[in-house]
Amino acid sequence: MMRLFIGILVPFNPFRLVLRTLHAPDGFFSLPVIAATWAISATAIYVSLRRAGEGLTERTVPVLGVMAAFIFAAQMLNFPVAGGTSGHLIGAALAAIVLGPWAAVVAMTAVVALQALVFQDGGLVVMGANLLNLGVIPVFTAWIVFSLGRRFAASRGRLLVLGGISAWISVEAGALATAIELGISGTSPMFIVVPGMLGTHALIGLGEALITVGAIAVIYNAKRELLMNRGLVLTAASK
Amino acid sequence: MRLRWWIVAYFLVLAVVLLAPLASSAPDGLERFAENEGFAESATDAPYSILADYLFPGIENEAAAAILAGWVGVTAIFLFAGGLTLTVKKRRGFRD
Repeated sequence: MMRLFIGILVPFNPFRLVLRTLHAPDGFFSLPVIAATWAISATAIYVSLRRAGEGLTERTVPVLGVMAAFIFAAQMLNFPVAGGTSGHLIGAALAAIVLGPWAAVVAMTAVVALQALVFQDGGLVVMGANLLNLGVIPVFTAWIVFSLGRRFAASRGRLLVLGGISAWISVEAGALATAIELGISGTSPMFIVVPGMLGTHALIGLGEALITVGAIAVIYNAKRELLMNRGLVLTAASK
Repeated sequence: MRLRWWIVAYFLVLAVVLLAPLASSAPDGLERFAENEGFAESATDAPYSILADYLFPGIENEAAAAILAGWVGVTAIFLFAGGLTLTVKKRRGFRD
């Protein structure tokens, strides 16, 4: 009963505001969760590499590289959220909107792998889960939301709103996935970790939405055609 | 040599990293949640350490160490993209 009470309070207590990035260290997930998340991530990344590869050319690879580098840099910039906790951009939504989902998964994989291998940010054993929570799931969530709303987003303003909504939902999706994995692992009770993660990330997602909208606005003014199609890499493939 | 747009972008992203010392140093959210819920101690350390905590080792000034570590990361991503370009070129036999 006490647990349930705490679980309900979690989203409203600023001192419980959780989770900078979803980068989980080794030891947070159980073996079955590690195995399952690796299997899902590896499959999704394999398919994405194949699909993205169809559209990757000498002209489009630099777009992917610049996007991945920007996301890496932006992930270093923690912004204060509340209650002495910070959050930062994930960037999966921005990548999905500009690159299309396949190339976006490739870009996010490069970032998350680099962070784990060189910067000891996110565990090596649980990298499959981090690739899923920071890459595959937010990328495809943002992509689906953006695609569904795309035909209603005829004006610049509506496009920006749609980008922001896609970004916010993508963060919540990544947070939910992380929470469910922690719950299944028995690390934290499901009914505490799920509302806790969703509550915090509702706030962190606002930062994500703000930065994504800003970046889309810049791209809209500088290179609008990137946003007018189904992602640069896919567009190149369809030519 | 023509100035490629991505070279300009490279320096712009390096400039973004200059903001790193201003980033909030508030505790990592997942860590905080883990502490609150009492499972923080189940985290295990990485088996090795290269640029852990986004700090370049051996540099006293923390701001400089953070910027340098960030620049290494950004450069690594660009090298990855460069390698990808070579692969693409090879496969397409220099057409495109």
